[in-house]
Parts: sequence; C-alpha cells; structure tokens
Amino acid sequence: MVVEKASTCDLEFADSTIQSDKALNTSNNFFEIFSIPVAWDVDIEGLKVRYRALQKEFHPDRYAASSDAQKRLAVQTAAVINQAFDTLTSPLSRAQYLLERKGISADQESYVTTDGVFLMQQIELREALGGVTRSDKPWLALERLRSTVESTYQNLQNEFQQFYSAETLDSAFNTVAKMQFFNKLLHELEQLEYELEDL
Amino acid sequence: MVLLQISEPGQSPQPHQRKNAVGIDLGTTNSLVSVVRSGMPETIADQAGCHLLPSVVHYSTQGVDAVGQEALGFNVSDPLNTISSVKRLMGRGINDVLMLGDQLPYAFQQLDEGMPKIDTVHGLISPVQVSAEILRTLVNLAEQSLDVMLDGAVITVPAYFDEAQRQATKDAATLAGIKVLRLLNEPTAAAIAYGLDAEQEGIIAIYDLGGGTFDISILQLTRGVFEVLATGGDSALGGDDLDHAIAQWLRVQSGMNESLNPMEQRILLEAAKAAKEELTEIDHVNVAILEWEGSLTRSVMNGLIDDLVARTIRSCRRTMRDAGVSVDEIQNVVLVGGSTRSPLVRDKVSKFFGLQPMCSLDPDSVVALGAAIQADILVGNKSAGDMLLLDVIPLSLGIETMGGLTEKIIHRNATIPVSKAQEFTTFKDGQTAMVIHVLQGDRELVDDCRSLAKFELRGIPPMVAGAAKIRVTYQVDADGLLNVTARELTSNVESRIEVKPSYGLGETEITKMLQDSFSYARDDMQARALREQQVEADRMVEDLLTALAKDATSLLSEEEIQCLNLAIAELQKLRLETTEHRVLARKIEAVGKTSETFAARRMDASIKSALAGRSLEDIERG
Repeated sequence: MVVEKASTCDLEFADSTIQSDKALNTSNNFFEIFSIPVAWDVDIEGLKVRYRALQKEFHPDRYAASSDAQKRLAVQTAAVINQAFDTLTSPLSRAQYLLERKGISADQESYVTTDGVFLMQQIELREALGGVTRSDKPWLALERLRSTVESTYQNLQNEFQQFYSAETLDSAFNTVAKMQFFNKLLHELEQLEYELEDL
Repeated sequence: MVLLQISEPGQSPQPHQRKNAVGIDLGTTNSLVSVVRSGMPETIADQAGCHLLPSVVHYSTQGVDAVGQEALGFNVSDPLNTISSVKRLMGRGINDVLMLGDQLPYAFQQLDEGMPKIDTVHGLISPVQVSAEILRTLVNLAEQSLDVMLDGAVITVPAYFDEAQRQATKDAATLAGIKVLRLLNEPTAAAIAYGLDAEQEGIIAIYDLGGGTFDISILQLTRGVFEVLATGGDSALGGDDLDHAIAQWLRVQSGMNESLNPMEQRILLEAAKAAKEELTEIDHVNVAILEWEGSLTRSVMNGLIDDLVARTIRSCRRTMRDAGVSVDEIQNVVLVGGSTRSPLVRDKVSKFFGLQPMCSLDPDSVVALGAAIQADILVGNKSAGDMLLLDVIPLSLGIETMGGLTEKIIHRNATIPVSKAQEFTTFKDGQTAMVIHVLQGDRELVDDCRSLAKFELRGIPPMVAGAAKIRVTYQVDADGLLNVTARELTSNVESRIEVKPSYGLGETEITKMLQDSFSYARDDMQARALREQQVEADRMVEDLLTALAKDATSLLSEEEIQCLNLAIAELQKLRLETTEHRVLARKIEAVGKTSETFAARRMDASIKSALAGRSLEDIERG
C-alpha cells in the first residue's frame, strides 16, 4: 500500500509547509523577501542580484560556526529563499503564486476546459509530438514543434498579464491552466530530445 | 550518534582563535589532504615527499597492515587482501557491484540489504571501513605535519554521487573520527581553486574525469558567488574503465584466456594503466605481460577508449541543456582529474566547447586545494564575505505512488538547501497506515530509481478513502543529504526519518565499529562527547545573548524575555556542573525549543529588512 496523490494539488506548499514544518514563520511573501512589488512583471536579472545578496547573508555556510539550532534555522531560511527564487523565476509558478495570493487555489489537475479551439490545438500538438521520432528529419521536426510551443507559451503569458492586471481572475485562472499544458509539453519535448540522442 | 570533534580537551572555543581545518579529496585512485597556510592552499606531503596517497589498503590477518604506497606494493602479490578503487563500491548494492563485472577482483559477501562486504584474511570488511582507513591516514598526516589537532575537514565527493554514496562517505568520516564541515562537490571545489587566481565572472564548465567517476558541472560565477546551474555525469565511468578497455585488448593480444586469476587480472590492469600513462607523452609503447611482448600505439588506444570518451561528451551536451546554456556562452572549461591528461580527452573536450581548456593547476590536486579553501572559510578563519557556493542536487528525489510510479518531489539541479512538500491521501476506506518509499532518480518507474528508504506513517485516524491529508516534506541540507517527514494534517500524527539509505551502514553498525575501534577507548569517547556538548552549549549561550541584546525589545514580550533569560541561566549552570554529556545535550535541546520562536522571528525580520529600500546598485556593491 503506497501513497496516492491527493486530488487537490496543493500549490500553497511553497511557503505554508516550511512554515508548519518548523518555526520559520514567514509572514513575508515571496516578493517581499526580495523587496520587490507584487506584480507579474519581474526583472529577472535584478531578481538574481537580490537573490545572491540574500544567500550571501543567510546561507548555512554563514552559520558554520553557530549552534546547531541556528544552523538548522539557516538551512530552512536558505531553503525558503531558494523556493521563493524558483517560484518567481518560472512564469508558470509565478502566475500560480499570484493567483493564490488572490485566494484562488490553482487546482489545475482537475481543470476541465470547454475551450474547443484549445482542445483541438492540444490534440494536434500531441500528434505532432508523437510524429517526431517517425519523421525523416526528427531534429528539424523537433525544433519546429518547439518553436510553436514556445511562442504559444509566451502568448499565454502575455494573456495572463492582461487578465491579471485587469483583475479578471477567472480568465487568468483559465490561462494558467493552459500554461500548465504548455509547460508540460516543453518538458516532454526535452525528454524527446534525450531519446533522439540515444537512438 | 556522536560526531567526534577533534579539539584539545579543556580548551575553550574562542571566536577569534585560529582553527585548523583541512580539505580532503577522497579519490578512487589517489587521495590528498590540503590546508590553507598564510592565505594560500597547499597539499600536504608525507615524509617521503609524496602528495598523493594511493587509495589502497592492505589487510593482513592482524588487521590493517599498510595504507597508500606501501599497500600498493601488495597489489600483485596479495590481490584479494589489497583493496583499491573502493570508492566505486561506496553506497552501492551488490547488483551495482556486479555490473562493474570483473573489474574488482575481490571476493564479495552480501549479508543483508547493505553494501557488499569484501572477504579478506582479516574477515569481512565494509567499503566504508576501507575509506575510513584512508581518511584516518590523511588526517594523521595532516596533524603530524601541521603539529596541531584538526577542528574539522571538508571532504569532496563527485557531484553526481547520489544520496547513498554521500551518506556512505559521511559514515566513513564518522568512523575515522573526523568532524565533517561539509561534503563538497568535486567540480565546485575545482572551481574555487581556479576562482581564486582568476577572479573571473561568467559561465564556466568543469569537466572532471577521475579514476572511477565522471562529472560535468556548469557554473555561473558572479562576484564571488559560485552558482552551480546544472550538474550531470556518470558515477560509474572513469579512468578505471579506460584501463579495463585497454586491459581487455591486451588480454586478447597476448592470448590469455578469459578466466583470469586475480593475480593475472592485476598484472593486466597494471600493464594497461602504465601503457595509458606513457601514451599521454609518446605515440608508441612496448608492453610485456608475463611471457608475451607486444606494442600499443596511441591511435589504437584511442580507438579502444573512444566510445567511453564520447559518453562523457554526451553528458556535457545534456547538462548544458539542463543549465539552459549553449556552447558559445561557456567562457572557460576547467579540466579536473588524472584522466583528463589523456590527449584524446583533451582533444574531444576542446573540440566540443571550441575552447582551449584550462589546466594550469595540477588536475590531481586542484580538488583538494579548493576543499582546503572552503574548509578555512567554514571553520571561521576567513571572513566568508566575498565567497559563497550555491550547489545543486544531481538527481531528482521522489516518492512511490500507486502503480509503481515515481512522483518527483524535488527536481534534479534544484539549488540546495531545499525543502518541498506534497500532499497525499489514503486510497482505502479506514486506512490507518501508509508506506512512504523514498526514491532517487529521474526515471518514471520505481524499479528504475534507487530506493533510499522506506518508512511507515502509522496512526492515521480511520476515514473514508481520500479524506486524510498526508503532507510529506523533503528537506535537503547543504551537504546534499535528505531528511523526510510525513504528517497527517487532520490529526497531526507525525513520522520522520533521517534518510539512511538502504545501501549505507546502519547507525548501530557504525556505533559498533566505533566501539570496536582501538583508537577510541570508552573514557576517551565520553570525554569527547562531553566536550562537544560543552562547546555546543557555549555557542548557544553566545548566540542567544547576542540575539537578545539586539532584538529582544522589538520582537519579544517582557514575559518571553524573562523566560529565555531563565533558560540561558540554567544552561550556563548545568554547563559548569554536569559531567554527563547526555544531560547537557537534553538541556541544549530544551533551550533550543524555548528559543525557537524567537530565532524564527529574528530570521523572518532580518530577511524582510535585508534588501528593503536598497537599490539594485547598492545591492550589487554589497
């Protein structure tokens, strides 16, 4: 008898778990940690500078000569900073986090779309993915597919930004669900690339 | 488990007193120890002037008989009791070992789930014990040469080492009585060693082909921050494999039949290794094996090892993709490990990256030098203000879900330390227990991943299927070691495990080995344990007093302050009075609990204020 994944995909684990796990009571949200405004637009290069500055201060290596309790806390703190950084650098998790802060738990796993156009597109892309290995020029087919997926993913991000700033959160939620599909596709393309190399 | 701290008994820790820490490269073929003296790292030589200690241990009926160069002398005459390349066995199960084929000519015994033991004249020996002997020899060498007691060591491991291999390495250090300041990834150590000279910025690749492992790491260097973007490799591919490919060819050429005795195997391997080394300088060597004489050219040898080198290049390509970096963004390639002396390796690496690789530092010692620098910082000698390492985990960590599938909880190349949680639920009505099976690897099926640990969460209140909420938290510390907690949220039933991989040694096994070990008489151990707790108590008091002086009024109520002051006073009193280390340890734990909230509030407030109101330019200036 092994574990079964809970039906509610728990997206708040980002800060709440660490909070419950031990004492680190991050009332700070991930944006606050880096002292940047809560917004979709994030200057990634600037974020990296801030991230490195924080780790220089809070990384466990800075506490190598401290008490064990302090060391444990440093491990947790650095983990929170890493988590915050990862969440804000990935467009998908940043979008999910923003919605979550508006009280919308992004339960994408059980998301059922009624958007027929989107569904057709999904089916076509899946077929194209399956066709790559059978193609005469698999690398070319892979690159074409990747650029389609990437540009759609980018468009969805722009769409999310508009919905989010207009506070039309239902639409923003739908867009995030679509982003998740495309993010997954990008991962599968990466896997496919490994497989092609092994052929 | 008591970690033995090596320090002068009766000496009180003074914050500004210079401490002694070394860097140790525990290699497949050779090991080294190095130290920072007057600001510069250097490797420590033995009395004969040798810096490299062959990673070889010879056992006689009495026990350990020779370590290093002297042990190497028994290689051919007593192959079954002369243990080399033991790093390839660390954290491995019998199946992994068998996959290495006839490469390791020992008699193995598998007693339980753990690592296979080597059957010697002195009895069954664990790979961890062999590694501990090598570590002990290096530490003794350092202590004699520096004429001090060591406060700790940084020990390097291949970046691609998994949890079990890391744990086994740490176990070996424990057994050798070494306080491990950090397990450091070898490529990162090499980057530190080079970074000191160059002070460079940008993206670099570290290509590390050692005796038994291959690592490729892509690092971003920014103002003293060494950020590993991705790491990859093969923890069972190295110079040994090149030797075997050549030995195989020599065997066929010399007409020896396939079933060799251990002595013949060693003769072949030594001839292969010698030929390989000579061929780095010249194009053609003569080889003599027993009655046979022949020759080997570099181009024939290159043909034999071509495929192995190609495997490393494929890893490079994948790892760069993981890092999200293209070849032309790489500004430098650093070569590490003795096997990178091979002209074919150099050629292929420079072709692939389109760069002349950096190899100004000796590839054999560069890792140890970097480890010494990091040790010096961690032990508190050097203000770490300008240098920081951000390392990653090499393989994803997951959990078994229904249908024998692996659900990833932490993805590979996540920066450590990292903590992540996922929620799971019961799948049967009234289910009261749940097995948490911890896995490492990037494959979908459980069978294709390495099993790290299995434990059970019991006492879940009976509910309908799907109603329980079990939160499983994985936390990886800065050494890359994993801790798993499972908690049922509605009832708060909790179970936690420090992951001791199935292939590591059990806690009791280590304790027993420690007790058996001659060098740690009982009283001695007690005294060390007490001393260690006293140091810990002092640290805690100092930490707390500093913290209170700074933040008590802003973060704590009057009552909380009183409560903490009382706890500190009690701890100080006990610290002076007790001779029982367990009593002191318990008190430290209790005070730790009392001060937890305060510590968390401080950390919380300081994160919040760390960057507040500062412009990017300010932050960059530091």
